[in-house]
Amino acid sequence: MDDLLSRLAGRLAEGSIEIVDLTHALEPDFPVMVLPPEFGQCARFRIEEVSCYDERGPAWKWNNFSCGEHTGTHFDAPNHWISGKNAPNGSVDTVPLGSMIAPACVIDCSAEAERDEDYVMDVCKIREFERENGRIRPGSWVLMRTDWSKRSGADYINLREDGAHSPGPAAEAVRFLVAERDIVGLGTETVGTDAGQAAHADPPYPAHFHLHGAGKCGLQCLANLDRLPATGSVVVAAPLKIRNGTGSPLRALALKAKTGADS
Amino acid sequence: MTDPLPPPPKRNPQRKTRSALAPPSARTRLGIRLAALASAGRLELQRCESCREFAYPPREACPICLDDDLEWTRISGGGELIAATVVHASADPYFRDRAPWRIGTVRLAEGPRILAHLHGDCETGDRVRARLHLDKSGQAVFFALPESDTENMGDDRQLREMTNDPKHRRVLITDARTPVGAAIAEALADAGCRAIFAGVSELWRRDEQLDRISAQPIVEPVPLDLTDTESVRECAAEYGGKVDILIHTADYLRPGGLVDRRGIAMAKEEFETNVFGFMRLAQSFGPPMRARGSDGIDSASAWVNAISVRALSSWPAFGSHSACHAALLSMAQCLRGEFAGSGVRVVNVFSGPLETDWHDSLPPPKVAPARLARDLIAGLRRGVEDIYVGDVARDIASRWRDDPKVLERELTTGEEIDG
Amino acid sequence: MAEPAPLSYEGVAAVAPVSVPYERYSSKSAHWWLLKALRGLTEAARIRPDQIDGLAVSSFSLHPDTAVGFAQHAGLELRWLEQIPSGGASGPMALTRAARAVQAGDAGIVACIAGDTNHIHSFRRMTAGFSRFSLDAAYPYGAGGPNAYFALLTAHYMRRFGATREDFGHIAVCQRQNALSYPFALMKSPLSLEQYLGARAIAEPLALFDCVMPCSGGEGFLVMREDVADGLDLGGARILAAIERHNAFADDPIQFRGGWARDRESFWHRAGVSPEDIDFLQTYDDYPVISMMQIEDLGFCRKGEAAEFVRCRDLTNSGQFPHNTTGGQLSTGQAGAAGGYLGLVDAIRQLTGASLGRQVPEARTAVVSGFGIVNFDRGVCASAVALSGCGG
Repeated sequence: MDDLLSRLAGRLAEGSIEIVDLTHALEPDFPVMVLPPEFGQCARFRIEEVSCYDERGPAWKWNNFSCGEHTGTHFDAPNHWISGKNAPNGSVDTVPLGSMIAPACVIDCSAEAERDEDYVMDVCKIREFERENGRIRPGSWVLMRTDWSKRSGADYINLREDGAHSPGPAAEAVRFLVAERDIVGLGTETVGTDAGQAAHADPPYPAHFHLHGAGKCGLQCLANLDRLPATGSVVVAAPLKIRNGTGSPLRALALKAKTGADS
Repeated sequence: MTDPLPPPPKRNPQRKTRSALAPPSARTRLGIRLAALASAGRLELQRCESCREFAYPPREACPICLDDDLEWTRISGGGELIAATVVHASADPYFRDRAPWRIGTVRLAEGPRILAHLHGDCETGDRVRARLHLDKSGQAVFFALPESDTENMGDDRQLREMTNDPKHRRVLITDARTPVGAAIAEALADAGCRAIFAGVSELWRRDEQLDRISAQPIVEPVPLDLTDTESVRECAAEYGGKVDILIHTADYLRPGGLVDRRGIAMAKEEFETNVFGFMRLAQSFGPPMRARGSDGIDSASAWVNAISVRALSSWPAFGSHSACHAALLSMAQCLRGEFAGSGVRVVNVFSGPLETDWHDSLPPPKVAPARLARDLIAGLRRGVEDIYVGDVARDIASRWRDDPKVLERELTTGEEIDG
Repeated sequence: MAEPAPLSYEGVAAVAPVSVPYERYSSKSAHWWLLKALRGLTEAARIRPDQIDGLAVSSFSLHPDTAVGFAQHAGLELRWLEQIPSGGASGPMALTRAARAVQAGDAGIVACIAGDTNHIHSFRRMTAGFSRFSLDAAYPYGAGGPNAYFALLTAHYMRRFGATREDFGHIAVCQRQNALSYPFALMKSPLSLEQYLGARAIAEPLALFDCVMPCSGGEGFLVMREDVADGLDLGGARILAAIERHNAFADDPIQFRGGWARDRESFWHRAGVSPEDIDFLQTYDDYPVISMMQIEDLGFCRKGEAAEFVRCRDLTNSGQFPHNTTGGQLSTGQAGAAGGYLGLVDAIRQLTGASLGRQVPEARTAVVSGFGIVNFDRGVCASAVALSGCGG
């Protein structure tokens, strides 16, 4: 075991294991989930300078920032959703650490999402992935690649009068991943784990409902999924340890073996 | 008639911006009473309750019978200009900078004589209309206008010192996404503005209203999010030096008071926009505007706040919003103090419920945003400081002036029974 | 009910006229100028300061002191103390008050002094906070001083009575002629009517030479019984008649006359002389139009005819109607409250044959009038004395 870790450390040091940043920068303009205005809203990221080497603090600069638990690239704990409110270890401070570092399966839906912004990943797509890459192992993060992270602003939320339009998983697909594959969680590039039109699904917001109801986690607003192999990378995604927190902005990373094409 | 004011030429980059100067501001306590009248566009003089004679300048007792029961009484303002002069040399820097300057002696129909600043269309011997105006020091002065309106009257150089006419000025609307902001943008486009910077948060989020106002050639949507310090700072860095009139329309409005709301997340959003947003604006746009109070005919002129009349007294159904606006009113007063001497006027436009989504459950009367915009522009042209739009605002304000405690009881324990 | 005639001022003399040479700007305080005048009085009368037991002071720039603080500053022990705040009307007023005190035995020797200092910003600051009415209703209109209010009076006067710029110019030009021989006048070069008419506008119709120049200066005289003056071998002036009137004609929409007009008849009656008997006239000339009002209201001509009156007269000290023998404030400078003394002090000199400038020939009888305090839109205080020379 020690040998394995020291080999990992050595590979990291020499750069043959690459660390990929799956995180968007936290900034005021980064979109958050848009809900009907009478609902409570997720706070956008905001930052206020406390001092800047000035009369407010002569030799130092620092800021106060504020945001929601679900702002920016963030982690969803099971207790985020009503279906997971009683899940054991369901808050970010109690989520098993094993959920935070786990192998990743990256299902490339970018072509489908480009063709159809309301693309819904179904079980067929998952089985197709498994045919090519092998069965998804229990305890994996499944990351749905849509290249949505390359969008920004209006295109990112893609809001129209009938709501947001962005890809996500089908209810059946989530159920399958949870029940049949026992994943630790589902990660997406969009603002939620659910599709933009998921309010009209059955149940509404099926990814949230099924994932969290089964004590699974979510990762949202991920970036750089196109730089990960279909399998063989490891996600490192540790949320802030917020007592009874339902989620947290975080620095999501992935480790992958460096290939010739990437160097 | 007055020659129409030509559009200001492009700024000569080699010219120093004129220092913001103000005319003399010292007044007695009675004299400040005149400013309170002027701020609302009213005209009153003291009248002795015993001998019914009017007195001016303001005094403590009737000069006829020495009765100290002097009642401020509305007067017509009609009178005759009996002497006029053109002042070419003054020891006062403000007037020195603006010489030549015409003043005159007007004999009011009610008796008293006043000194008054003169509109260019008034000549000795003419019948004139005297009005109280706030000058650039924020204090009251008399201004004599022709008895009936003349062509381009508002373009008079001296009158324009007293007013905030949007003609040829550049306006920033702090949130053009609000119905009020959009209505003001549309109304200003017809008021001869030179440019309208329409502040919009998350500019990437388009809607029909935003597209409509953006289609106006003089409207330039600019990114401005009052909840984001950096956004406000960046907007001020780019546009602050060009803003002659700032119209603060951003408003986060949700129903609810204190007890029945769960938690304060929503209140924080409200205060973030309505209170802290105003502070951010003041810090970022205050300094450049304050520095441009004397910068020619398109100098920085006014800072306008759209305020709920509930700022005067809480309306529990919208109690949290009332609290924000009470804070906003207090901050507007603070801003007046901080703008003192700059020549930039802080104008508050009070209204009752607006014809908007969040007031959809309320019965009429409600104020249409276009009505608010119209009254606001009229107030800027008139040069007043407090504008009450619509029946509810005027009713609340009048009851508040009458007795704030009675109003509070009525609003908090139920309205009185009619009659 | 007819008012009882006032007592005469018999037996009292104004002596020891003193002028402290004027300066445009001074770094000294008002106290310095007043003390300089006071010192001049003791020297002129050859008395010790402790012989002065009465004091009347006028100054705009004494703040924060009053006459009390000044008296202590001067080291005077007094049994009669007066502060006269009426600016341009203060000279005749000080004289009459002091005369009454002396007549009544309340004081033996009264020093009447007036003076002001003029720092760079003194005048502007003084006018900025001049009065409550001015604060509320006049100063904010931008004149930065009384020029504009007098421009309005002048415009109205011209319109109403047909006076012309040339008529006002005649007053200013003659006074400048007088000033050329008066050693303390700040204006040292001749003034032609062309120069007067061509000068830059200040507040239409007023131009540069219609306006006085604020400066520093001090003036003073002593008031005592005539026998005391004789004992000190001092010649002087005795009071034939005196009037003062404040806030007269308050209902006039704009000022075209002053308080003198109320008392003109009783003034001449008490003086026992008529306007034709007057050898020279000292008016308060903050603006030429005010001199015209005094010429009319004191009875030298009828209302509205002063323009015509001056137009056909030589107003210099050697002319047929000597007027403002030092050059007046228009040419000497306006040393604040001392401006209210200037004409009176030089009248005492002229009446005793001790003029510093050109002597008015055979000057025996004179009228000195004062006008002061533009509290709002007009001068409020009016005063006048008729004098004749005595003793010496």
